[in-house]
Amino acid sequence: MDRLKIIKKNIMEKKTTILNLTEEEFVHSGNRACSGCGLSIIYRMGLKALGKNTILVVPPSCLTVLQGLYPVASTKLPCVNVTFASTGAAATGVRGAMKALKKENVNVVAWAGDGGTGDIGIQALSGACERGEDIIYICYDNEAYMNTGVQRSGTTPQGVLTTTTPIKGKLQEKKDVPAIIAAHGIGYVATASAAYPLDFYDKVKKAMTISGPRYIHVHTPCPPGWSFDTRFTIKVGKLAVKSGLFDLYEIEDGEFQLTGESKRLVGKEKPPVTDYFNSQGRFKSLDAELVKKVQERVDAKWAKY
Amino acid sequence: MHIIESGNVAAATGVKLSRAQVIAAYPITPQTPLTEKLSEFVESEEFDAQYIPVESEHSAMAVCIAASTAGARAFTATSANGLLYMSEQLHWAVGARLPLVMCVANRGIGAPWTVWNDQQDTMSQRDAGWIQIYANDHQQIIDSVIKAFLLAQTVSIPVMVCYDGYILSHTYMPFEQPDQDQVDSFLPPFAPKNFLDPENPGNFNPVTLPDVRPGVDGEIEPGYIEIRHNLHEDLRTTLDTYAAIDKEFEEQFGRGGNPLIEQYKCVDADFVAVCIGSLSYQLRDVIDLMRDDGVKIGVMSVQMYRPFPDEVIVAALADKKCAIVLEKALSYGNQGALYGDIKSALYNSDTKPHVHNYILGLGGREIKTQHLLDALTESCKSPETIGDTPRWIGLKL
Repeated sequence: MDRLKIIKKNIMEKKTTILNLTEEEFVHSGNRACSGCGLSIIYRMGLKALGKNTILVVPPSCLTVLQGLYPVASTKLPCVNVTFASTGAAATGVRGAMKALKKENVNVVAWAGDGGTGDIGIQALSGACERGEDIIYICYDNEAYMNTGVQRSGTTPQGVLTTTTPIKGKLQEKKDVPAIIAAHGIGYVATASAAYPLDFYDKVKKAMTISGPRYIHVHTPCPPGWSFDTRFTIKVGKLAVKSGLFDLYEIEDGEFQLTGESKRLVGKEKPPVTDYFNSQGRFKSLDAELVKKVQERVDAKWAKY
Repeated sequence: MHIIESGNVAAATGVKLSRAQVIAAYPITPQTPLTEKLSEFVESEEFDAQYIPVESEHSAMAVCIAASTAGARAFTATSANGLLYMSEQLHWAVGARLPLVMCVANRGIGAPWTVWNDQQDTMSQRDAGWIQIYANDHQQIIDSVIKAFLLAQTVSIPVMVCYDGYILSHTYMPFEQPDQDQVDSFLPPFAPKNFLDPENPGNFNPVTLPDVRPGVDGEIEPGYIEIRHNLHEDLRTTLDTYAAIDKEFEEQFGRGGNPLIEQYKCVDADFVAVCIGSLSYQLRDVIDLMRDDGVKIGVMSVQMYRPFPDEVIVAALADKKCAIVLEKALSYGNQGALYGDIKSALYNSDTKPHVHNYILGLGGREIKTQHLLDALTESCKSPETIGDTPRWIGLKL
C-alpha cells in the first residue's frame, strides 16, 4: 500500500516512474559489468535520461570495462576514453570543440569513479568548475578503487576493509566530494543512489535544464568490493540512505534541500547504522567504539536537517 | 608582410594564421608570451578560437586531445617541467592518432630550478611518438607551425615545434608573416573521418587486448601491437610526407627547402659540426673563422629529429672525416641522444666518419664562440684520437 502511495505521489509531483520511463536503451545488455553491479543500473538510467545527443568522457574505471573491449562496445553513444587525471579537462575540450564547431546542443557528460573524481581527478574537475564549463559530471561512488581490486580511496568510509587497509580498516573518514564541488558555487550539485534509480534519472534530467558545470554524486553499491551477495545491491544501497549515512540532496544555486527518500526521513525513526554495516563484509573489523562514533555523527547531522 | 617580433609572437601568429579552433595552455616560462599573445588575439576577436586557460599542462593536453577527438583543430604550448607534466598525455595523443600541434620553448628541467635554455625537455620525450621539428630562427618558427598543422592532419600524428627558450622565444628578429589567404589555400580545414559524433557513435581509445580480435561483423581487428606497429610505419613515411609538404610550402611562399636537415658549407667539408636549433647559427660564425684558416668545416642542424632522418644524415656525413655533435641535452649515464642516433645511423654505412660528442649550454650556460672554436679546432686536429665519450664545453669545475 505504501508503495502504491509513493508511485501516486511521484506521478502527482511529475517525477519519473516505471510507468512513464523511456523505453529507449543506450547500453547493450550482456556487457562486462559484474552481476549485481550498481554502476550498470545507474549507467543505463543515466543514458536513458541523457538521450542520443550526448558525448561521454570516461577515465579508467569499472566503466571502461563495462563499455567493452576493442573492437566491441556496449554503449550506443559516442565516448572518448581519457587518462585517469584528466576527465574534467577532457570534458572541457569536448565542449570547446562543440563551441568551435557550432554544435551547441550536445550534452557533454563526464562519467567517472570516486577515485577518478575525488582523488586523482579533482584538480581537473576543480578547474572545470571554476571556469564554469558547460558540462555534466557524474561520479559513481563505489567507495574504493574497485577496477584495480578494491584499494582504499579518499571516499572509502572509515573502518572499511580494502586490499590496502586489509587488517585495521581505513583509519580516516570519507572525503566529502560533493561538498568540495559545491564550494565552487556551481549551479547544480546533487547526490543520488543506485538504489533509487528513478530519483537519479530525474536529477540527470534536471541537470540537463541547467547550464554551466553540474555535478551528480551517486552512491553505488559494489557486491565484490563491499562483500555482499549480488542480489542485495538495492537493499544495501537503500540501507545506506535509510540509516542516514548517505543523504540524497540537491544544491541548486546554493540552496540545499534533501530529496526523495532522505526528505521523507526527516523527523522519522531511522534504522541504526549497524543494520547497514552488518549487511556487508567490508565493515567486519569495525569496533563498537567506532560504530558508536559513526552513529553519533549521523544523529548530529540529522539533528540539523 | 615583413615584421619584427619575438619568437613567441612568431609562433602565436602562425597558430592564428593556421586557424586553430581550440587552444588550451598553462603558463610556464619562457612559453608565456606565446599564450599571452594568443589570448589577446582571441579576446580582441581578431582570432575566432576557443581559448581555455586550464589549471595545468596535463589538462592543457587533455583539452587538446578531447577537442581534436571531437573534430576541432587544437593547439597548446609549454616548456620544460610543463612538458614533462603532460608526458602521459603526449603518449596518449599519439596512440589516439590526433593531429595536435604544440610549441615547446626549450628550457632546462629542474631540479635545481632553471628557467634558461637547453633541450633536455623535448629530447627526453623523443620516444613518445610525436613528430619533433626544431626551428633555428623566427622565420622557421612561424613557417614550421603552419607546416606542422598540415603534416599532423596528413599523417594523423601530433607535431612538436621546438625552439630555444629566450634565445629565440624572447629575442626580436625580422620575419615574413604570410598572408591569411595564402595560408588558407595551403592548409585546408581539419575534417576527420572519425570523430565524436552522436549520429555515428564510436568508443574511442578503449581497452585493447594483446591479440587481434574479431568485431561484431566478424572482421579481424588489430591488437595493441599492430596499432603501435602501424604508428611506427606511418612515422617512417612521415619523413617523405614532410619533405613533400615543405616543397609545396616553398612553391607557395618561396621559403623552405631544408625540411629534415639544414647544411651550411657542408658540400666540400671534411668536418661537420652537427647540432639542433639556434646553436647552428652561432656555429656558422665559428665555421667561417675556421674556413679563413683553411679548415674545411661546415655545420648541419637537424630540423626534424623524430622521425629520425637517418638516410639523409648518413648521405650528408658518410664521406666526411669527422662529425662533431654538439648537444644541449644528455642521456644521463650514457651520451648525447643525437650523438647516439647519428652513430647508430652510420653503423651500416660503407664509409663512416669519426664522431665526437660535446655537451654544452645546459641550464642556459653561455656558449662562448671562443669555446666552440677551441672545441671544433681540437676535433679537427685529431679526429682519430679524441675518442667519443662526451666532452663538456664551458664547464667551470
